[in-house]
Amino acid sequence: MTTQPVHFYQIGSFAVGNRLLSDGERTVQSNLDRANSIDSGHRACQGCGEALGARYALDAAMRATNGQIVAVNATGCLEVFSTPYPETSWRIPWLHSLFGNAPAVATGVAAALRVKGKKDVRVVAQAGDGGTVDIGFGCLSGMFERNDDVLFICYDNEGYMNTGVQRSAATPPAARTATTEAVGPEPGNTFGQGKDLPRIAMAHDIPYVATATVADLHDLERKVERAMEIHGARYLHVLVPCPLGWGSASNETIHVARLAKESGLFPVFEAEGGVVTSVSKIRRQVPVEDYLSIQRRYAHLFGKHPRPDVVARIQAMADQNIARYGLVDEQADSKEMAQ
Amino acid sequence: MLRQIEGSRAVAETVALCRPEVVCAYPISPQTHIIEAVGAMVKAGELAPCEFINVESEFAAMSVAIGASATGARAYTATASQGLLFMMEAVHNAAGLGLPIVMTLANRAIGAPINIWNDHSDAMAVRDSGWIQLFAESNQEAADLHVQAFRLAEELSVPVMVCMDGFILTHAVEGVDILDQSFVDSFLPPYEPRQVLDTNDPVSIGAMVGPEAFEEVKYLAHLRQLDALERIPAIAKEFADATGRDSGGLVRPYRTEDADIIIVALGSVLGTIKDAVDIRREAGESVGVVGITSFRPFPAEAVREVLCEARQVVVVEKAFSIGFGGVLSTDVAMAMQGVETRLRTVVAGLGGRSITRRSLEELIGTAGRGELEALTFLDLDHGAVERERTRMSETRRSGPSAENLLRDRGAAVTAPVKEQA
Repeated sequence: MTTQPVHFYQIGSFAVGNRLLSDGERTVQSNLDRANSIDSGHRACQGCGEALGARYALDAAMRATNGQIVAVNATGCLEVFSTPYPETSWRIPWLHSLFGNAPAVATGVAAALRVKGKKDVRVVAQAGDGGTVDIGFGCLSGMFERNDDVLFICYDNEGYMNTGVQRSAATPPAARTATTEAVGPEPGNTFGQGKDLPRIAMAHDIPYVATATVADLHDLERKVERAMEIHGARYLHVLVPCPLGWGSASNETIHVARLAKESGLFPVFEAEGGVVTSVSKIRRQVPVEDYLSIQRRYAHLFGKHPRPDVVARIQAMADQNIARYGLVDEQADSKEMAQ
Repeated sequence: MLRQIEGSRAVAETVALCRPEVVCAYPISPQTHIIEAVGAMVKAGELAPCEFINVESEFAAMSVAIGASATGARAYTATASQGLLFMMEAVHNAAGLGLPIVMTLANRAIGAPINIWNDHSDAMAVRDSGWIQLFAESNQEAADLHVQAFRLAEELSVPVMVCMDGFILTHAVEGVDILDQSFVDSFLPPYEPRQVLDTNDPVSIGAMVGPEAFEEVKYLAHLRQLDALERIPAIAKEFADATGRDSGGLVRPYRTEDADIIIVALGSVLGTIKDAVDIRREAGESVGVVGITSFRPFPAEAVREVLCEARQVVVVEKAFSIGFGGVLSTDVAMAMQGVETRLRTVVAGLGGRSITRRSLEELIGTAGRGELEALTFLDLDHGAVERERTRMSETRRSGPSAENLLRDRGAAVTAPVKEQA
């Protein structure tokens, strides 16, 4: 294997650096033969979680299929920053049609590949959270229900960032967006709304559903590879912080994503056939304040008029996730520490 | 082989002869019989290899067709009315991407009020989408046009919509000569896309294009439609030479020689108009009719050529632009620029109202006397409209009128409207 030294600086985490792993376990990005599915030169913002997630996910899919991937893209940041005519960052066959139809277009691609006898070529569809949980939801549910042979990846940055940071059904409560301003008695997004797409996907009984964050790219790669071992409809929901929309520092993207997981606000798990088969335990639990306070979209909760009541409601959501998925396991945690 | 067969069945069997590789379907009347029949053929293994996909909406149907076509598969779907509007974003997208998808449009009115019967409002709503739109006069032509449509679409890299009147054609049983597989295979070579999603030669399709090139991209689409003005009659001629059948083409004149009055229309109503023309000709009136088969691209030159000698042109259309008037009429008027003629619009047959031969004969008579107004609504119940306007003027409240008009219609046999209101 051709390799080059890649330095990973791990801060405040137990994640194992690439340099400590054997060649076979290293990320695909450390391999000079990586696909570079989405290549450098695109126009993503500095610190864009989506660009990072897409690069790792697609290169992992390329490795898993020996380079036999066709990608379908919904309208959104990923599409816009990667293909300003006449340039393209894609080194794989790539099709963009509309905002709300990526799952159905992917169904069509998969059907055409089947009818053409190209059994080894696989289809990955990708969209942001708007293209997944809102405008693309009907087509996505249809694709799930038919169990079409498509891996659908949602890069969730919790809002319509491409159009200027508006609320989607994936925007969390209390978060400020351009359509849920931090004004009035209940500033930011409303509590009690929104869709939990991974659970909705599981309710379709599709063969594989998983969540991941860009804080654990090995985990993301492993889940993509697992997904490519399976045929039928598969869903991968990746949390990708957006420095612009979240008001977080662009060099903090990984850190923010890690805190989303470590606070319990974003449960990381995988499910097969509608049943949860594994969860990524919280290694060092943090209060939700640690996650919220470093993002300007939550600044109204901590300013001159702090809202500990709202923070407590968000903490309750994290606690509910921890209970639902069993994210904290004291015994396992201490055992791991001992090792 | 000539068979007594339902229009939808004839279309389904002909589409199957075209060897589509991906067919996606969402049911909407009056298109259902077409996709049911294609689906059964795929399920029985008579049409193979072909993927038949039951989707969750028309928007998905066109989107699946887009994905399949971009991956190099011959793709087909069918829809009507609300379904066409629901997929409209993808309809424009398919044309913009230059994907040679063929779709049957079983023409049906657009609500509200909801109405499942025939008119041309649906086709008119997408006339600017970049699709070629061919209108069938009969079930024979509807079937034949599909073979020509795939050929045309794939030659020019433009999607083609075959418009056939809902129920009037789709559900009518009449004699149709279904083509042979060997002929269709010789007429329609396999689909070889210019650009395809291929892992051996990766391309990006659907990039963002800004002001620096967008106008050129759209102009190229226009040029392809102009190319179609050449290819449509050429393909129709080749088809006619092989089958002996006059199907397709740009325009179809009937008894227009030396005609003072020429009626212009689309679709199945041409049959009734021809009957009316025959009768009025026997009565000594100088009248003819022109059917427009290719609505997009609009054959302005051919239309002008066939209409330029007429003193009066009467466009009978099953759709109109609310707040203005005729849609087809506008195109005809543009084609007739600089030609001295009297252009009249007759809106008829909306929501499936029968266009009777008697009404058409009267229309020709009125036109002959020079009494036809610029915009006429054929067989409109002016009394019912006036009564509803009176009722509406009595209150400032807004809201739909459809139910009132139905009540008004029923009033003749049941209770007076006033008491119910």
